[in-house]
Amino acid sequence: MSSQTVTNAAPSDASTLPAYLLEVEGVRKTFPGVVALDNVGFRLRPGSVHALMGENGAGKSTLMKIIAGVFAPDHGDFRMKGREIRLKSPLEALENGIAMIHQELNLMPFMTVAENIWIRREPKMGLGFIDHAEMRRRTQALFDQLSIDIDPEIEVRRLSIASRQMIEIAKAVSFNSDILIMDEPTSALTEKEVDHLFRIIRELKAAGKGIVYITHKMNELFEIADEVSVFRDGKYIGTELSTNVTRDDIIRMMVGREITQMFPKETVPIGETVLSVRDLSLKGVFHNVSFDVRAGEILGVAGLVGSGRSNVAETIFGVTPATSGTISIKGKPLVIDSPKTAMAHGMAFLTEDRKDTGCFLVLNVLENMQMAVLSQQFVTGGFVAQNSASRACEDMCEALRVKTPDLYERIENLSGGNQQKVLIGRWLLTKPRILILDEPTRGIDVGAKAEIHRLISRLAGDGVAVIMISSEMPEVLGMSDRVMVMHEGRLTGIVDREDADQVTIMDLASR
Amino acid sequence: MAMNTSIGATLHAPASRRRRLPADASIFLVLVAIALIFEALGWIFAGQSFLMNPQRLMVIILQVSVIGIISVGVTQVIITGGIDLSSGSLVGLTAMMAASFAQTSDFARAVYPAFTDMPVIVPVLVGLCVGLIAGFINGSLIAYTGIPPFIATLGMMVTARGFAKWYTHGQPVSMLSDSYAWIGSTGMPVIIFLITALIFHIALRYTRYGKFTYAIGANRQAARVSGINVSRHLVTVYSIAGLLAGLAGVVTSARAVSGQAGMGANYELDAIAAAVIGGVSLSGGVGRITGTVIGTVILGVMTSGFTFLRIDAYYQEMVKGVIIVVAVIVDQYRQSKRGRA
Repeated sequence: MSSQTVTNAAPSDASTLPAYLLEVEGVRKTFPGVVALDNVGFRLRPGSVHALMGENGAGKSTLMKIIAGVFAPDHGDFRMKGREIRLKSPLEALENGIAMIHQELNLMPFMTVAENIWIRREPKMGLGFIDHAEMRRRTQALFDQLSIDIDPEIEVRRLSIASRQMIEIAKAVSFNSDILIMDEPTSALTEKEVDHLFRIIRELKAAGKGIVYITHKMNELFEIADEVSVFRDGKYIGTELSTNVTRDDIIRMMVGREITQMFPKETVPIGETVLSVRDLSLKGVFHNVSFDVRAGEILGVAGLVGSGRSNVAETIFGVTPATSGTISIKGKPLVIDSPKTAMAHGMAFLTEDRKDTGCFLVLNVLENMQMAVLSQQFVTGGFVAQNSASRACEDMCEALRVKTPDLYERIENLSGGNQQKVLIGRWLLTKPRILILDEPTRGIDVGAKAEIHRLISRLAGDGVAVIMISSEMPEVLGMSDRVMVMHEGRLTGIVDREDADQVTIMDLASR
Repeated sequence: MAMNTSIGATLHAPASRRRRLPADASIFLVLVAIALIFEALGWIFAGQSFLMNPQRLMVIILQVSVIGIISVGVTQVIITGGIDLSSGSLVGLTAMMAASFAQTSDFARAVYPAFTDMPVIVPVLVGLCVGLIAGFINGSLIAYTGIPPFIATLGMMVTARGFAKWYTHGQPVSMLSDSYAWIGSTGMPVIIFLITALIFHIALRYTRYGKFTYAIGANRQAARVSGINVSRHLVTVYSIAGLLAGLAGVVTSARAVSGQAGMGANYELDAIAAAVIGGVSLSGGVGRITGTVIGTVILGVMTSGFTFLRIDAYYQEMVKGVIIVVAVIVDQYRQSKRGRA
């Protein structure tokens, strides 16, 4: 495989436009412990919008980041307008006519719109001074072309997310890029702004550009895309013309995998309602969420990232107190204004992000495990009864089979699965009646996963009410008594175990 | 599942238990090495022993005991991931205010003629309370307005110094009672320093206060989710740091038998340096009072050693600066090595 970098993206032959702007074949990418992309291909036609769909972690963003030079692939062939290319950095990608508009915007808040667009390419007046008048003129011309109405001289921090999105797009266009990659560009936009964005996309399409459009929204797909490619678990599933497929076809392509894992879900008697949530809202994040959880029940929560599922959990636990609605435990309405209050009422919450909100990385296993229970137990007159606390932690480590040299090992030296077990142990020591688990098995190996599933099942058997948020469909289907589905800050349905299947849930999650 | 049964067992397997050096062993060795270097240089250049001089050893500790008292508070602040720049100015302010309640009636121009010849507890309480209040303000600003600790305590540093100067319009407060002066007499500052260090060593290691302090520094968000009232705890930690600065102010003015607005200038930097040399990590979550005490003594040994060798004060400062930076580099290297292990 020859690896050559094209520095000038000149078309090889002007008379015959190649059928594809970009052809990608046999891309493989592994991250430690995970195959993110497995022999994946993708082709983009000029003058078209190509949508990419798939569940979280299907590999679509990873593939686009490889194409835009953010990640280096393990291997794969890339041809742009028929010529072999190999991109080593986002800058090289830009110079070759590939621009990516990231989900997280990359503008400098304290610089003006014009400065942001022309950064590193500022028109000069000689002596290295920047020609601000020329820069403004170029920006205005660019905005006129895209019918964007933003003052080029305004500082970016004063603009809304939607305006910033438009600037990112204008910036991409200013590179004369042939390929624009948009990663969920509408996630923060209102309907009117989406319309504007779509108008711009259609203009770009008419100018012969190829646009890759990553989205989770089915209706956008049918409105804007010409073709759609579906990915699943790091594999390429297929490409269809958007006029040839139905919504159900796509969902089937996205979820159609067999459940090969066995889930140790035990049938246990379901008790009375423990937690009851009514019309719970957090302004601007999620609205009017109502559900019950009963003792011994596992309530699975499904939904795409950004659907508000984690936010609901955080609100119930008092991390971000609700703006309206009621939370009742055993029929008693309560005001949960902080995690401390939630804990006092028998709740426990395993957060989604082990590193950010879970582990005390520089502290040892013992400190990590005992930190929550110290608010309730093992303390007299301010002094920690360390012997009893250590013994309890040691027993918990054994019960959860935490693999660590001893309790005094720093938690950052443990594997992800063992860290997760320590954090679960932290909450089990508080003997919760309501256990909220946000992505309890994310990023951990299969063995540890099965152990955690067994543990969850056993806890439910002991009468704990479990809420389990997960992006992994098999996990949700395999473990839950009922599945609650969220989409864009709203609860779209609660499905019983017997009626729950991948298609039903995916349908509710993208409604 | 056969594999899993062995996993639980490894917890108790003695073979896998690594030998751990006491956490402060390495920094203690550095102290010994520095002292031995001065000992050798002493025989070469001055023809006498550096260490075999009990009086000098006493002076070393005495010199740094005020810094030491502050650094016990600063250490706790740094463990929470914060910083306290106000401690030096608070020494000046509390020295002035405490001294103004310790004057004798023999003095015609006392600050408060009505409050002369007070029992010694009065000026001491005034000093401690003023420090506590200043620390409480620091903590409240940081916990409830969300401004960075650097800014909040920088503001307090400037304000408190201004307050100290305004208090008597720059005049020193003198003619203090003998009972007050006793607090600063030979040996007392050292005893106060060591008792303070012992109390907070115990507090950090064996109480819930200590555990929560480390937790907040290690991961503030995780601490909150674990049910810790982070804001309230931060207020407590900064209040304690202020209280200890007040204590240092009392000791300083008692030792000088006067209160001066310029007292404690730059002490905050020495206190931070002592903590950092002693292995307290500025990223939070890591550090011990024992390390800070050794770090304080290292600063003292260096000052005393340079004076003993008659080296210019200019060079002293240069070398001190370099040592602080080297200490942090070494610390970072140690951290990264541990992370990889």
